[in-house]
Amino acid sequence: MKSLIRNLSIGLALSIGSQVVVAQEPSADGDGDGIARVSHGGLHSLRGRHELDETQPAEPLKPIPRDRRPYPSDYIFQPPLIPHSIRGYELSTNANKCLSCHSFRRSVESGATKISVTHYATREGRVLSDVSPRRYFCLQCHVVQADADELIENSFKPVDSLR
Amino acid sequence: MKKLLAAFWRRLRSPSKAAAGVVLGMGFLGGILFWGAFNTGMEATNTEAFCSGCHAPIVAEIRETIHYSNRSGVRAICSDCHVPHEWTDKIVRKVQASKELVAYMLGTINTPEKFRARRAHLAHREWQRMKNNDSLECRNCHNFAYMDFSEQGRRSVKQHSTALAKGEKTCVDCHKGIAHRLPDMSGIEGWQ
Repeated sequence: MKSLIRNLSIGLALSIGSQVVVAQEPSADGDGDGIARVSHGGLHSLRGRHELDETQPAEPLKPIPRDRRPYPSDYIFQPPLIPHSIRGYELSTNANKCLSCHSFRRSVESGATKISVTHYATREGRVLSDVSPRRYFCLQCHVVQADADELIENSFKPVDSLR
Repeated sequence: MKKLLAAFWRRLRSPSKAAAGVVLGMGFLGGILFWGAFNTGMEATNTEAFCSGCHAPIVAEIRETIHYSNRSGVRAICSDCHVPHEWTDKIVRKVQASKELVAYMLGTINTPEKFRARRAHLAHREWQRMKNNDSLECRNCHNFAYMDFSEQGRRSVKQHSTALAKGEKTCVDCHKGIAHRLPDMSGIEGWQ
Protein backbone atom coordinates (compact mmCIF):
# COMPACT_ATOMS: atom_id res chain seq x y z
CA MET A 1 0.00 0.00 0.00
CA LYS A 2 2.78 2.38 0.98
CA SER A 3 4.76 1.70 -2.20
CA LEU A 4 1.62 2.20 -4.25
CA ILE A 5 1.15 5.68 -2.76
CA ARG A 6 4.81 6.47 -3.35
CA ASN A 7 4.61 5.38 -6.98
CA LEU A 8 1.48 7.42 -7.46
CA SER A 9 3.03 10.52 -5.96
CA ILE A 10 6.17 10.14 -8.07
CA GLY A 11 3.97 9.85 -11.12
CA LEU A 12 2.01 12.93 -10.06
CA ALA A 13 5.20 14.88 -9.43
CA LEU A 14 6.56 13.91 -12.86
CA SER A 15 3.36 14.89 -14.60
CA ILE A 16 3.22 18.37 -13.06
CA GLY A 17 6.97 18.75 -12.74
CA SER A 18 7.22 21.56 -15.25
CA GLN A 19 4.74 23.74 -13.33
CA VAL A 20 6.41 23.11 -9.96
CA VAL A 21 9.73 24.40 -11.25
CA VAL A 22 8.13 27.75 -12.02
CA ALA A 23 7.07 28.23 -8.38
CA GLN A 24 10.46 27.27 -7.01
CA GLU A 25 13.06 29.76 -5.93
CA PRO A 26 16.73 28.94 -6.52
CA SER A 27 17.17 28.00 -2.83
CA ALA A 28 13.87 26.15 -2.56
CA ASP A 29 15.50 22.73 -2.80
CA GLY A 30 18.82 23.58 -1.29
CA ASP A 31 19.48 20.28 0.43
CA GLY A 32 18.86 18.34 -2.74
CA ASP A 33 16.39 15.81 -1.28
CA GLY A 34 13.93 16.44 -4.08
CA ILE A 35 11.24 17.92 -1.80
CA ALA A 36 10.25 21.45 -2.67
CA ARG A 37 10.13 23.86 0.30
CA VAL A 38 7.24 26.30 0.74
CA SER A 39 8.03 29.91 0.03
CA HIS A 40 6.58 33.19 1.32
CA GLY A 41 7.52 34.72 -2.01
CA GLY A 42 9.10 37.71 -0.29
CA LEU A 43 5.88 38.70 1.50
CA HIS A 44 6.03 40.35 4.90
CA SER A 45 2.92 39.72 7.01
CA LEU A 46 1.82 40.24 10.61
CA ARG A 47 3.62 37.05 11.56
CA GLY A 48 6.82 38.38 10.00
CA ARG A 49 8.86 37.00 7.13
CA HIS A 50 8.53 33.37 8.13
CA GLU A 51 7.96 30.21 6.15
CA LEU A 52 4.70 28.36 6.83
CA ASP A 53 6.41 25.07 7.63
CA GLU A 54 8.74 26.53 10.25
CA THR A 55 7.70 26.84 13.86
CA GLN A 56 8.47 30.26 15.22
CA PRO A 57 9.41 30.88 18.85
CA ALA A 58 6.37 32.25 20.67
CA GLU A 59 6.31 35.91 21.60
CA PRO A 60 6.61 36.49 25.35
CA LEU A 61 3.22 37.00 26.99
CA LYS A 62 2.32 40.63 27.53
CA PRO A 63 1.85 41.71 31.14
CA ILE A 64 -1.81 42.33 32.02
CA PRO A 65 -2.69 45.08 34.50
CA ARG A 66 -3.58 43.29 37.72
CA ASP A 67 -6.13 45.76 38.97
CA ARG A 68 -6.97 49.25 37.72
CA ARG A 69 -9.89 51.65 37.23
CA PRO A 70 -12.39 50.89 34.42
CA TYR A 71 -11.28 51.87 30.90
CA PRO A 72 -13.30 54.62 29.22
CA SER A 73 -15.39 53.53 26.22
CA ASP A 74 -14.21 54.35 22.71
CA TYR A 75 -17.54 53.95 20.92
CA ILE A 76 -21.22 53.55 21.73
CA PHE A 77 -22.22 49.98 22.63
CA GLN A 78 -18.61 48.97 23.18
CA PRO A 79 -18.45 45.98 25.54
CA PRO A 80 -16.51 47.41 28.51
CA LEU A 81 -12.92 46.15 28.72
CA ILE A 82 -11.76 44.09 31.69
CA PRO A 83 -9.46 46.26 33.83
CA HIS A 84 -8.10 43.44 35.98
CA SER A 85 -6.35 40.07 35.78
CA ILE A 86 -8.65 37.08 35.30
CA ARG A 87 -6.08 34.34 35.74
CA GLY A 88 -7.69 31.20 37.13
CA TYR A 89 -11.26 32.53 36.86
CA GLU A 90 -13.46 29.66 35.78
CA LEU A 91 -15.99 30.35 33.06
CA SER A 92 -17.79 27.13 32.19
CA THR A 93 -21.24 25.60 32.23
CA ASN A 94 -20.62 24.83 35.91
CA ALA A 95 -19.40 28.18 37.13
CA ASN A 96 -19.11 31.80 36.05
CA LYS A 97 -16.62 33.66 38.21
CA CYS A 98 -17.34 36.99 36.48
CA LEU A 99 -20.97 36.92 37.59
CA SER A 100 -19.99 36.38 41.21
CA CYS A 101 -19.14 40.10 41.24
CA HIS A 102 -20.82 41.60 38.16
CA SER A 103 -24.30 40.02 38.32
CA PHE A 104 -27.28 42.15 39.34
CA ARG A 105 -27.48 40.39 42.68
CA ARG A 106 -23.79 40.51 43.54
CA SER A 107 -22.76 43.92 42.17
CA VAL A 108 -24.36 45.84 45.05
CA GLU A 109 -22.06 44.17 47.57
CA SER A 110 -18.98 43.89 45.36
CA GLY A 111 -19.15 47.40 43.91
CA ALA A 112 -18.29 46.04 40.47
CA THR A 113 -19.83 47.30 37.25
CA LYS A 114 -23.22 45.66 36.82
CA ILE A 115 -23.90 43.73 33.61
CA SER A 116 -26.41 45.56 31.42
CA VAL A 117 -30.06 44.50 31.04
CA THR A 118 -29.34 43.51 27.45
CA HIS A 119 -27.71 40.37 28.87
CA TYR A 120 -31.12 39.13 29.96
CA ALA A 121 -32.71 39.31 26.51
CA THR A 122 -32.88 36.51 23.97
CA ARG A 123 -32.08 37.04 20.32
CA GLU A 124 -35.79 37.68 19.72
CA GLY A 125 -35.86 40.35 22.40
CA ARG A 126 -37.74 38.31 24.99
CA VAL A 127 -36.53 39.16 28.51
CA LEU A 128 -35.56 36.18 30.68
CA SER A 129 -35.36 35.88 34.46
CA ASP A 130 -31.61 35.24 34.38
CA VAL A 131 -28.65 35.85 32.08
CA SER A 132 -29.45 34.65 28.58
CA PRO A 133 -27.35 31.65 27.49
CA ARG A 134 -26.14 33.60 24.46
CA ARG A 135 -24.67 36.25 26.78
CA TYR A 136 -23.27 33.87 29.40
CA PHE A 137 -19.73 33.51 28.08
CA CYS A 138 -18.41 36.95 29.01
CA LEU A 139 -15.04 36.64 27.26
CA GLN A 140 -16.69 36.47 23.85
CA CYS A 141 -17.03 40.26 24.03
CA HIS A 142 -15.22 41.47 27.16
CA VAL A 143 -11.46 41.09 27.11
CA VAL A 144 -8.46 41.96 29.26
CA GLN A 145 -6.02 44.56 27.94
CA ALA A 146 -2.27 44.28 27.66
CA ASP A 147 0.04 47.24 27.31
CA ALA A 148 1.10 46.51 23.73
CA ASP A 149 1.83 48.37 20.51
CA GLU A 150 -0.89 48.54 17.87
CA LEU A 151 -0.61 45.71 15.37
CA ILE A 152 -1.47 48.15 12.61
CA GLU A 153 -0.98 51.87 13.08
CA ASN A 154 -4.31 53.69 12.96
CA SER A 155 -5.84 57.06 13.69
CA PHE A 156 -9.05 55.92 15.39
CA LYS A 157 -10.68 58.52 17.61
CA PRO A 158 -13.71 58.03 19.88
CA VAL A 159 -16.94 59.78 18.91
CA ASP A 160 -17.38 63.31 20.27
CA SER A 161 -19.74 62.33 23.08
CA LEU A 162 -17.18 59.92 24.53
CA ARG A 163 -14.12 62.10 24.17
CA MET B 1 1.16 -24.71 62.50
CA LYS B 2 -0.59 -25.05 65.86
CA LYS B 3 2.58 -26.45 67.37
CA LEU B 4 4.60 -23.55 66.06
CA LEU B 5 2.19 -20.98 67.58
CA ALA B 6 2.24 -22.80 70.92
CA ALA B 7 6.05 -22.74 70.94
CA PHE B 8 6.06 -19.02 70.13
CA TRP B 9 3.59 -18.30 72.96
CA ARG B 10 5.68 -20.32 75.42
CA ARG B 11 8.74 -18.36 74.37
CA LEU B 12 6.92 -15.06 74.98
CA ARG B 13 5.78 -16.20 78.44
CA SER B 14 9.09 -17.56 79.71
CA PRO B 15 11.70 -15.09 81.01
CA SER B 16 14.53 -14.28 78.63
CA LYS B 17 18.02 -15.57 79.31
CA ALA B 18 19.49 -12.32 77.91
CA ALA B 19 20.35 -9.48 80.26
CA ALA B 20 17.65 -6.88 80.99
CA GLY B 21 19.75 -4.19 79.25
CA VAL B 22 19.84 -6.18 76.01
CA VAL B 23 16.07 -6.77 76.14
CA LEU B 24 15.44 -3.07 76.82
CA GLY B 25 17.83 -2.10 74.03
CA MET B 26 16.05 -4.41 71.63
CA GLY B 27 12.72 -2.91 72.65
CA PHE B 28 14.09 0.59 72.16
CA LEU B 29 15.47 -0.26 68.73
CA GLY B 30 12.25 -2.01 67.77
CA GLY B 31 10.33 1.07 68.84
CA ILE B 32 12.41 3.34 66.66
CA LEU B 33 12.02 1.00 63.69
CA PHE B 34 8.25 0.71 64.19
CA TRP B 35 7.77 4.45 64.59
CA GLY B 36 9.92 5.18 61.56
CA ALA B 37 8.05 2.65 59.46
CA PHE B 38 4.69 4.01 60.66
CA ASN B 39 5.57 7.57 59.79
CA THR B 40 7.13 6.61 56.46
CA GLY B 41 3.99 4.64 55.65
CA MET B 42 1.77 7.58 56.55
CA GLU B 43 3.89 9.99 54.54
CA ALA B 44 3.61 7.62 51.57
CA THR B 45 -0.16 8.16 51.68
CA ASN B 46 0.51 11.92 51.44
CA THR B 47 2.21 11.82 48.06
CA GLU B 48 0.67 12.99 44.80
CA ALA B 49 1.23 9.57 43.27
CA PHE B 50 -0.82 7.92 46.01
CA CYS B 51 -3.70 10.42 45.65
CA SER B 52 -3.68 9.96 41.87
CA GLY B 53 -4.44 6.28 42.40
CA CYS B 54 -8.14 7.19 42.75
CA HIS B 55 -8.40 10.94 42.11
CA ALA B 56 -6.26 11.12 38.94
CA PRO B 57 -8.42 13.61 36.99
CA ILE B 58 -8.66 16.05 39.87
CA VAL B 59 -4.93 15.82 40.65
CA ALA B 60 -4.12 16.78 37.05
CA GLU B 61 -6.33 19.88 37.26
CA ILE B 62 -3.99 21.71 39.60
CA ARG B 63 -1.44 22.09 36.81
CA GLU B 64 -3.31 25.03 35.27
CA THR B 65 -3.47 26.90 38.55
CA ILE B 66 -1.12 29.17 40.44
CA HIS B 67 -0.66 26.54 43.13
CA TYR B 68 1.27 24.43 40.62
CA SER B 69 2.90 26.83 38.20
CA ASN B 70 3.95 30.32 39.22
CA ARG B 71 6.79 32.84 39.05
CA SER B 72 8.64 31.73 42.19
CA GLY B 73 8.39 27.96 41.79
CA VAL B 74 6.82 27.27 45.19
CA ARG B 75 4.01 24.79 44.86
CA ALA B 76 1.44 22.94 46.92
CA ILE B 77 0.69 19.24 46.67
CA CYS B 78 -2.62 17.57 47.57
CA SER B 79 -1.77 16.93 51.21
CA ASP B 80 -0.72 20.55 51.84
CA CYS B 81 -4.38 21.55 51.53
CA HIS B 82 -6.31 18.36 52.19
CA VAL B 83 -4.45 16.86 55.17
CA PRO B 84 -3.98 18.77 58.44
CA HIS B 85 -0.33 19.39 59.35
CA GLU B 86 -0.71 18.94 63.12
CA TRP B 87 0.00 15.33 64.09
CA THR B 88 -3.19 14.60 66.06
CA ASP B 89 -5.46 16.24 63.46
CA LYS B 90 -3.58 14.37 60.77
CA ILE B 91 -4.23 11.00 62.44
CA VAL B 92 -7.94 11.87 62.80
CA ARG B 93 -8.13 12.75 59.09
CA LYS B 94 -6.26 9.59 58.12
CA VAL B 95 -8.66 7.43 60.13
CA GLN B 96 -11.60 9.19 58.44
CA ALA B 97 -9.91 8.51 55.13
CA SER B 98 -10.06 4.78 55.77
CA LYS B 99 -13.71 5.11 54.75
CA GLU B 100 -12.47 6.21 51.36
CA LEU B 101 -10.82 2.80 50.96
CA VAL B 102 -14.32 1.30 50.93
CA ALA B 103 -15.27 3.74 48.17
CA TYR B 104 -12.17 2.58 46.31
CA MET B 105 -13.22 -1.09 46.62
CA LEU B 106 -16.75 -0.23 45.48
CA GLY B 107 -15.35 1.84 42.60
CA THR B 108 -17.41 4.91 43.55
CA ILE B 109 -15.43 7.29 41.31
CA ASN B 110 -13.51 4.89 39.09
CA THR B 111 -14.75 6.34 35.79
CA PRO B 112 -14.77 9.99 34.64
CA GLU B 113 -18.58 9.87 34.44
CA LYS B 114 -18.96 8.62 38.01
CA PHE B 115 -16.42 11.19 39.14
CA ARG B 116 -18.28 14.07 37.45
CA ALA B 117 -21.54 12.96 39.02
CA ARG B 118 -19.96 12.93 42.47
CA ARG B 119 -17.79 16.01 42.09
CA ALA B 120 -20.27 18.41 43.72
CA HIS B 121 -20.63 16.10 46.75
CA LEU B 122 -16.86 15.83 47.19
CA ALA B 123 -16.35 19.57 46.79
CA HIS B 124 -19.10 20.48 49.25
CA ARG B 125 -17.62 18.19 51.85
CA GLU B 126 -14.19 19.75 51.49
CA TRP B 127 -15.54 23.34 51.57
CA GLN B 128 -17.47 22.51 54.73
CA ARG B 129 -14.36 21.04 56.35
CA MET B 130 -12.34 24.15 55.49
CA LYS B 131 -15.09 26.45 56.76
CA ASN B 132 -15.26 24.57 60.03
CA ASN B 133 -11.52 24.86 60.70
CA ASP B 134 -11.33 28.51 59.51
CA SER B 135 -9.39 27.53 56.37
CA LEU B 136 -6.57 26.16 58.46
CA GLU B 137 -4.79 24.53 55.54
CA CYS B 138 -4.74 27.83 53.62
CA ARG B 139 -3.38 29.60 56.65
CA ASN B 140 -0.56 27.10 57.05
CA CYS B 141 1.11 29.09 54.24
CA HIS B 142 -0.97 32.27 53.83
CA ASN B 143 -0.71 34.04 57.17
CA PHE B 144 -3.09 37.00 57.48
CA ALA B 145 -0.75 38.75 59.93
CA TYR B 146 1.93 39.09 57.26
CA MET B 147 -0.29 40.24 54.38
CA ASP B 148 0.97 43.51 52.89
CA PHE B 149 -2.13 45.30 51.62
CA SER B 150 0.01 47.78 49.67
CA GLU B 151 1.18 44.85 47.53
CA GLN B 152 -2.35 43.58 46.90
CA GLY B 153 -4.80 44.65 44.22
CA ARG B 154 -7.64 47.02 45.04
CA ARG B 155 -10.23 44.28 44.96
CA SER B 156 -8.18 42.04 47.25
CA VAL B 157 -7.56 44.79 49.82
CA LYS B 158 -11.26 45.59 49.92
CA GLN B 159 -12.17 42.04 50.93
CA HIS B 160 -9.13 41.17 53.07
CA SER B 161 -9.08 44.34 55.16
CA THR B 162 -12.77 44.08 56.03
CA ALA B 163 -14.54 40.72 55.98
CA LEU B 164 -11.43 38.57 56.47
CA ALA B 165 -9.86 40.86 59.09
CA LYS B 166 -13.05 40.86 61.16
CA GLY B 167 -13.34 37.10 60.87
CA GLU B 168 -16.74 37.37 59.18
CA LYS B 169 -15.47 35.34 56.28
CA THR B 170 -12.79 32.75 55.89
CA CYS B 171 -10.53 32.10 52.89
CA VAL B 172 -12.61 29.33 51.34
CA ASP B 173 -15.77 31.48 51.34
CA CYS B 174 -14.40 33.33 48.32
CA HIS B 175 -11.47 31.22 47.14
CA LYS B 176 -13.25 28.17 45.79
CA GLY B 177 -11.85 26.26 42.86
CA ILE B 178 -8.38 27.76 43.27
CA ALA B 179 -6.69 24.42 42.61
CA HIS B 180 -9.42 22.48 40.81
CA ARG B 181 -12.25 23.04 38.39
CA LEU B 182 -15.59 23.74 39.99
CA PRO B 183 -18.76 21.66 40.23
CA ASP B 184 -22.15 23.16 39.33
CA MET B 185 -22.15 26.38 41.37
CA SER B 186 -25.82 27.30 41.09
CA GLY B 187 -27.20 27.97 44.55
CA ILE B 188 -23.78 28.38 46.18
CA GLU B 189 -23.49 31.53 48.29
CA GLY B 190 -21.57 34.27 46.52
CA TRP B 191 -21.87 32.74 43.06
CA GLN B 192 -23.87 34.00 40.08
